Amino acid sequence: MAPLIPSQEELDRRRIVDINPETVSNIPSTDFPGHWPGESHEWSLDKFSEGFNVEFHRNERFESSFSLVGLDASIANAFRRILMAEVPSVAIEYVFMNNNTSVIQDEVLAQRLGLIPLKGSVDGINWMRWFKKPTEDDPEGSNPADFNTIVLRLNIECTKNPNADPEEQDPRKLYNYAHVYARDITFHPVGRQEEFFVGDDAIQPVNPDILIAKLRPGQKIDMEMHCIKGIGADHAKFSPVATATYRLLPDIKILRPILGEDAQKFAKCFPKGVIGLESVTQEEAAKQGSGYEGHAGETKAVVRDAFKDTVSRECLRHEEFQNKVKLGRVRDHFIFNVESVGQFESDTLFLESVKVLKLKCARWKRGLTDLMR
Amino acid sequence: MSREAYQVPSSMGGQTAFGDAGASGLDGPMVAYLCGECNARVSLKRGDQIRCKECGHRVLYKERTKRMVQFEAR
Repeated sequence: MAPLIPSQEELDRRRIVDINPETVSNIPSTDFPGHWPGESHEWSLDKFSEGFNVEFHRNERFESSFSLVGLDASIANAFRRILMAEVPSVAIEYVFMNNNTSVIQDEVLAQRLGLIPLKGSVDGINWMRWFKKPTEDDPEGSNPADFNTIVLRLNIECTKNPNADPEEQDPRKLYNYAHVYARDITFHPVGRQEEFFVGDDAIQPVNPDILIAKLRPGQKIDMEMHCIKGIGADHAKFSPVATATYRLLPDIKILRPILGEDAQKFAKCFPKGVIGLESVTQEEAAKQGSGYEGHAGETKAVVRDAFKDTVSRECLRHEEFQNKVKLGRVRDHFIFNVESVGQFESDTLFLESVKVLKLKCARWKRGLTDLMR
Repeated sequence: MSREAYQVPSSMGGQTAFGDAGASGLDGPMVAYLCGECNARVSLKRGDQIRCKECGHRVLYKERTKRMVQFEAR
């Protein structure tokens, strides 16, 4: 028996997650074999590649927004989680304090330093390998080398500024180095690092104005920091993204005409640009059963750009719009927003997450073949 | 967490962790402190009155260790 083919109308209905005044319904996806009797929902690569679509909305260096259409929530969510927790980046891990007479305690200072986002040559960071920490199974761990550790130093002493105005109150002018900033950290390449991290590609803080500590004359900080490669699952400082989120494309359906004053009010229930106001044409007014009969020339509300909607559900609160509007979200249209902390470009970050997922799948497949033997 | 373990200074010969302060015979080692008021260096040995020699302030602080201390940045 040939599989049943549902109507396009039915397929469109299945694509929408319903948003009701108090609840959300029709949430899970149903396009898998065995859910709809008689229909074939067999997964095939051809069908997927036919329906899959990527569209960029903005693509700046460190922030990008794009839509992935036609994939399951599980895959979209996997990309989001991998972006945050499993794409590697470099951060300060070990701090060796030779001297710290500032008011900020050693361990607090070390923790602050770890959270400073660093940037450097992408090739160099990809060339770097993991620094293995000693564990119970492997009490040795790995030794610091040029391919797994980056050395930074911070050596600073606060002194009085002899040229300062005697009336001066601002400690930054009264003293030299009263504030220690991230730009005061120096990079000391070793071995092959000198080939990768040259000039602008040197390892440096992304934001040079991060305040690390405040000093007063006579206080000094002298330390060496070792940076290693890590993943966000281990510590948030290794996460290469500031935010990685997605939302589903909002869907607004006007079921019955909203006219005149109500149309103005309806437009105000949504962010700017979502609802447009048009006047009812002669043809629409002439058509029987359209709901526009005898309203030629009046303003009516039309959905202009549902993308901009925040799905506040404000329109569902008003009596006059009851049963006139249906809110929803498109289940397989994911609007991603990826913001890089500054080490990688935001669009390559997403490709990195795809790479990580592919590697994970390959490992899983290898595990399955080992199971068969 | 990775602070070096405390080592009990050996009383033999008066050589201590503050070794460079030097020992002066039977009175015990000289230990340098910092005045809490004027930040002057004050060297004291056992039995000395706890008082800054410059300003007379009675709060003295121990100096920070000269050893390297390792921390994890997390």
